[in-house]
Amino acid sequence: MSNSSRNAMLAKIRTAIMTGSRGDFHEAHTSVPYSAYDDGNVAARIELFAHRVAEYKAWVGHCTSVGIAQAVAERLMIRGKKRMVIPSDLPDSWLPKGFDFVRDSQLDRTVIAGMDGVLSGAALGIAQTGTIVLDGGAFQGRRMISLLPDYHLCIIRAQDIVGVVPEAFAQLATTRQSPMQPYTFISGPSATSDIELNRVEGVHGPRTLDVFIVE
Amino acid sequence: MKKPESVIIELAPRFEVGAKSALQNTQLRRNMGKATQTIRGKRAAVVDELSDWESLRVAGQHIKDDVMQHLDTYLVQLEDAITRAGGHVHWAKDAHEANEIVTHLIQATGSKEIIKVKSLTTDEIRLNEALELAGITAIETDLAELIIQLAHEKSSHILVPAIHKNRSEIRALFQKSMNLPDLTDEPKELAAAARQFLREKFMSVRVATSGANFAIAETGSVCVVESEGNGRMCLTMPDVLISVMGIEKILPRWQDLGVFMQLLPRSSTGERMNPYTSIWTGVHADDGPQEFHLVLLDNGRSDVLADSVGRQTLHCIRCSACINVCPVYERTGGHAYGSVYPGPIGAILTPQLVGTAYADSLPYASSLCGACYDVCPVRINIPEVLVHLRGKVVAEKQTQLKSWFDGENIGMKAMATTFAHRSTYELAQQAGQLAQWPFVYEGYIEHGPGPLGKWTAMRDFPAIPPQSFRDWWRERQRDE
Amino acid sequence: MQVALFITCFNDTLFPDTGKSVVSIVERLGHQVIFPEEQTCCGQMHFNTGYQSEAMPLIRRFVEIFSQYEVIVSPSASCVGMVRDMYRFAAEVHQDAKLANEVALLADRVYEFSEFIVNRLGIQDVGAYYPHRVTYHPTCHSLRGIKVGDAPEQLLRAVRGIDYVPLNQSNECCGFGGTFAVKNADTSMAMLGDKIRHILDTRAEVCVAADNSCLMHIGGALHRQRSGVRIAHLAEILAVQE
Repeated sequence: MSNSSRNAMLAKIRTAIMTGSRGDFHEAHTSVPYSAYDDGNVAARIELFAHRVAEYKAWVGHCTSVGIAQAVAERLMIRGKKRMVIPSDLPDSWLPKGFDFVRDSQLDRTVIAGMDGVLSGAALGIAQTGTIVLDGGAFQGRRMISLLPDYHLCIIRAQDIVGVVPEAFAQLATTRQSPMQPYTFISGPSATSDIELNRVEGVHGPRTLDVFIVE
Repeated sequence: MKKPESVIIELAPRFEVGAKSALQNTQLRRNMGKATQTIRGKRAAVVDELSDWESLRVAGQHIKDDVMQHLDTYLVQLEDAITRAGGHVHWAKDAHEANEIVTHLIQATGSKEIIKVKSLTTDEIRLNEALELAGITAIETDLAELIIQLAHEKSSHILVPAIHKNRSEIRALFQKSMNLPDLTDEPKELAAAARQFLREKFMSVRVATSGANFAIAETGSVCVVESEGNGRMCLTMPDVLISVMGIEKILPRWQDLGVFMQLLPRSSTGERMNPYTSIWTGVHADDGPQEFHLVLLDNGRSDVLADSVGRQTLHCIRCSACINVCPVYERTGGHAYGSVYPGPIGAILTPQLVGTAYADSLPYASSLCGACYDVCPVRINIPEVLVHLRGKVVAEKQTQLKSWFDGENIGMKAMATTFAHRSTYELAQQAGQLAQWPFVYEGYIEHGPGPLGKWTAMRDFPAIPPQSFRDWWRERQRDE
Repeated sequence: MQVALFITCFNDTLFPDTGKSVVSIVERLGHQVIFPEEQTCCGQMHFNTGYQSEAMPLIRRFVEIFSQYEVIVSPSASCVGMVRDMYRFAAEVHQDAKLANEVALLADRVYEFSEFIVNRLGIQDVGAYYPHRVTYHPTCHSLRGIKVGDAPEQLLRAVRGIDYVPLNQSNECCGFGGTFAVKNADTSMAMLGDKIRHILDTRAEVCVAADNSCLMHIGGALHRQRSGVRIAHLAEILAVQE
């Protein structure tokens, strides 16, 4: 069935393309300039990112690259989290003493779901929309660990934050593998607009999102 | 009339009949008015903050124009890329074929239940019903879809299927079906109840189905845009993932997502970005489902492609901006449209998918106010397509003998003949001035005869003044 | 300047005062009005209801009659929209390249009354005096169809003595929509109900618009309710002088 359907569909589509063409009456294609970059002001870009992430009711803080462990400790104390799942390649220097960090080496899903939270890095940030992009690369791990726990503490480097959405896709194209790695775009904690079209935080993904920008 | 077998959208009675009963439901009117006003404001705010919004719309339109012009090439390109990445691509001419493919794939896994990401395409082909016949239970995981499923109702909105229900109605439903007597109507608590209810399913069910917002021909990547995380669950946790996608959802290049991932969230939920977007390419070692199938569905789409005016309908990215802004939809709700696609987009898409003869009231379910065209992120000229489809409805009607006795047809033809000459037109003006006298009271007609009665049943009609403009003009020319 | 008046069949028959007002304003501003008496109907009702083959002769007839005029003005945004936008579309779907060319030449010369005064002549104050409380409903075809912008409001605000009150949710359709008003009468009335509520909230004496068709719909309900609010085409307000 499959092969004959394939050929029949393609044949029908080819005929349709010809008959449904608007020809001379249709306005010609032109290339349109939409914004592919922001204005290049790095400080403003990082501030915008922080602001936009916070607007989704996530918590946003800043720290230095040598101060990550201390920042993580403070945040976990405030949130009351002890057992955290981490990607297998997360650097030891990010991990404060006094907490239980479990590296993900194909951990069972019930073990991951039973964790207090997940601590991860990020591939990219988008300032305009307050978005964090995970691509399974350095310090991010597989998709499941940033999904099942109810709390996500994400560390993003300031230099990985781009201005606008098209920039993010251009950037990701330069680091893509073949075939491509899976991507997850995260803009705030899990939410729904299904009740009276108002955004309510907290459904199936992590209901609490904390973000540190490392400068 | 028997519906074409390839299409199994369930059609309700004529729009005006469904609308009439919906208009009498005061709770529905209140819920719809509140929800649509909220979302219009949110959309306007996030659209206004982008100075290049109009350029993005034009870019979106041009990308989609290109997709349609080279659809065969892009589909084959997509198939190659997905196959190279370890996925499988299936081709389905119609709903029946698509359902058969999905059912067989699920049966091969031995699983008796699946978790589902909200997907209009699978609603269109009524996948859940087909699976039920095969003894497979489909669990809807999107909050609104879950509400609809628990209430045994039909969707009334493409994005928020339970838009017609308010929080206290949802609370009552959850209290009963989830056995949670102490649940309040606080949206946060309602969402938490859904989280609790579905968590066990996410952890244990081995097969998931989804739709697709976009698929990239260049890379073979498939993209699902969502809010709650149920999508991430379905796309990540099971062993087998089956996605069903209309052939028109394809985008040529990876970079095109830079345009569409701005257009969609802002037009749809009125957010700068939706909480979660997943993009995957075939299967990924040690991460997510190790078996991936993409079913490419035609189901009438190539017929739409063959219509030079209707073709733009396939540009639709299912954002629902046109639905949210439509003054007709706001008042009637979605059920009156009798299709999984309500509102302005439904009024043009449904008749084209099933044939205008089977949905001939839908192209008239619009005042042609144009609000839909203004907000459409890919610039579908919905009023133009509506008028085009009305032309088809009338042309089809006029081939039938019964059109000879159709009052509207007779009247329209008579008026066209009258307007064809100045002399007959002027005669008709004078005749109208004379004939109206029994009905006029102080400059207005309150109970008109014949077709005018349809107007005056609800509002008064101005009497025809004794002197037309042209009579006045001639008199003035004479006097000078 | 010579201005050819495209009166529209609707205004000619039902609202002659609108046409008279347009003539008096244009002449007051020092221009000459011509009325091509051969004109009947632009074909909008037929075309928009789906009676395309009936509309095509009317479209061709209109183009033939009006092609010879340099500037064409009409007090109806929806009929102007028909000529400017839908004629092109009609020529396209009927594969009539000759008509398409003629329409392309004609379309830019057709003006809606308020955009002619404000955009073409560059005038906001036409010397009107109207000491009444007035609100303005931007009709769909003037607002979103041919995009007259705030030209009608500019003209109203310049009227001496006027008490102009903006209308709440003014951008929403009144529910007229041509044959929609009878084919979907219940929905049409639900839309009209909200429009009437907003008009009454303004406490205006007169509701003004750039389309008498929508005004007939609105006015029909205002009259049935004995609301005491009148309707008037924009031109009829601007024609009144001290």
